[in-house]
Amino acid sequence: MGKTFDEINEKIRQGNAVVVTAEEIIGIVEEKGVKEAARQVDVVTTATFGPMCSSGAFINFGHSDPPIRMNKIWLNDVSAYGGLAAVDSYIGATELSESKGMEYGGAHVIEDLVNGKKVRLVAKSHGTDCYPRLDIDTDITLKDLNQAYLFNPRNVYQNYNAATNTSKDIIYTYMGTLLPGCGNVTYSTSGELSPLLNDPEFRTIGIGTRIFLGGTQGYIAWEGTQFILDKERVDPEGTMYAGATLAVIGDLKKMSSRYLRAASFERYGTTMFVGVGIPIPVLDEEVMAFLSVQNRDIYTNVVDYSVPRRSKPSLRKVNYEELRSGSIELNGKTVQTAPLSSLNRAREIAALLKGSIEKGEFFLQEPIQAMPKDRGFNPLKDRAVK
Amino acid sequence: MKKLKVILYFPPESTDKPFTYHLVKDFDIVFNILQAEVQPGKRGRLTMELQGSEKNIEEALEFAKSHGIGYRPFNKNIVRNQGECMDCGACTAVCPSGALYMDKKSWELIFDESKCLLCELCIKACPVKAIDVNMFV
Repeated sequence: MGKTFDEINEKIRQGNAVVVTAEEIIGIVEEKGVKEAARQVDVVTTATFGPMCSSGAFINFGHSDPPIRMNKIWLNDVSAYGGLAAVDSYIGATELSESKGMEYGGAHVIEDLVNGKKVRLVAKSHGTDCYPRLDIDTDITLKDLNQAYLFNPRNVYQNYNAATNTSKDIIYTYMGTLLPGCGNVTYSTSGELSPLLNDPEFRTIGIGTRIFLGGTQGYIAWEGTQFILDKERVDPEGTMYAGATLAVIGDLKKMSSRYLRAASFERYGTTMFVGVGIPIPVLDEEVMAFLSVQNRDIYTNVVDYSVPRRSKPSLRKVNYEELRSGSIELNGKTVQTAPLSSLNRAREIAALLKGSIEKGEFFLQEPIQAMPKDRGFNPLKDRAVK
Repeated sequence: MKKLKVILYFPPESTDKPFTYHLVKDFDIVFNILQAEVQPGKRGRLTMELQGSEKNIEEALEFAKSHGIGYRPFNKNIVRNQGECMDCGACTAVCPSGALYMDKKSWELIFDESKCLLCELCIKACPVKAIDVNMFV
């Protein structure tokens, strides 16, 4: 006995849909079993709030008079893409300021815009008959822009390595500061609350799914870059998923810096903490069985980031319950573990999303296309040397 | 029992004296070295937390002074800007003393100042610059 998206949306419209978070569902399934839980609960909300480097925004500045075809563009001294039509651009989260370096980057420009701050726009052009102007130096704010939408090609990693460092030197990475001699282990996930660990085989999530993104409603636009569907069984009952990812889109003008934060990792550079929440409709018992996943059953590799190669060695497999305990055993030594993504803020997002569905402000969108099942993970080859 | 964080300044001629030995042996001080820059024949600096009776700490500092070792009680502490903090936990990865840790229920960041060694590693590790040093005179 299953439910359809339409039936669940009708319940939401009538204000009697039963909505719980992916953490709350665990206890419900333990108490009532998968079958009964699937009957009683209509929607389960999932969320994550972590650093996601592959983020950025498309912007249309509007035309100056006389007009300019912008070739080189800077926003607060951060280079933005000038290879689109005259006044369209894309600002990426990890692009660094040409004057402030790693302290300020594209992510900070996006956050400043979201916070209503003035951003300095400098652009240069080669000049054409149709766009005669050669340069411009002015200020913009988010509300002046014709369009500003977040488009993140790779967000919401299903699963990610935990990181450590076996070398004698401290190293600085996108997984934070890693102390020498396996001095710490960092990990970045909301685990049992994480969207793609709760629908790991994409039974309900696909292209077109409506999501919570950065404080407003957004959409899954496409598979994320490097999308791959794979899993490995880990004894006794665990699973280690590979890296499914999502490309997401949403209106920057409606976002809030509480759920979209610029960040800077020491000696790595800038990135963006993106808040994403995904509602999962309980279509049937199989969907519910996936939703009942717990941290102790989800595994990842502890990877040595001091190895400067594409394939870095894994020291061991570990589950998220162990990582969250604060320390794990590594080569016979107890090593402290630290999260990089905010579970506290992810919970806030899952609760917010739950609230908006209960209030009839957020409806489920059935995917218009399923995610691909056949993607591989192709390496980049160097040119053969003669 | 009293705890006091101090910076001790050693003139070049004092760096070869077994100062910390006297702290323990003569004044019953329990100490924890937070930072040390001491080289023979050069001006040195030692940051440490002293723990002992008020009288013993006072006498130990008098002893230091009488041997030409200057001292200054600690004039800074680490502060966390609660409004800026996202409770991500990146700072807990580098905190050597467990002063910064995640509450295992709420997953909020907790800062236990009494455990802070003032190493300042957290300041750079914070991705949103929510941690700072507060100087006071």
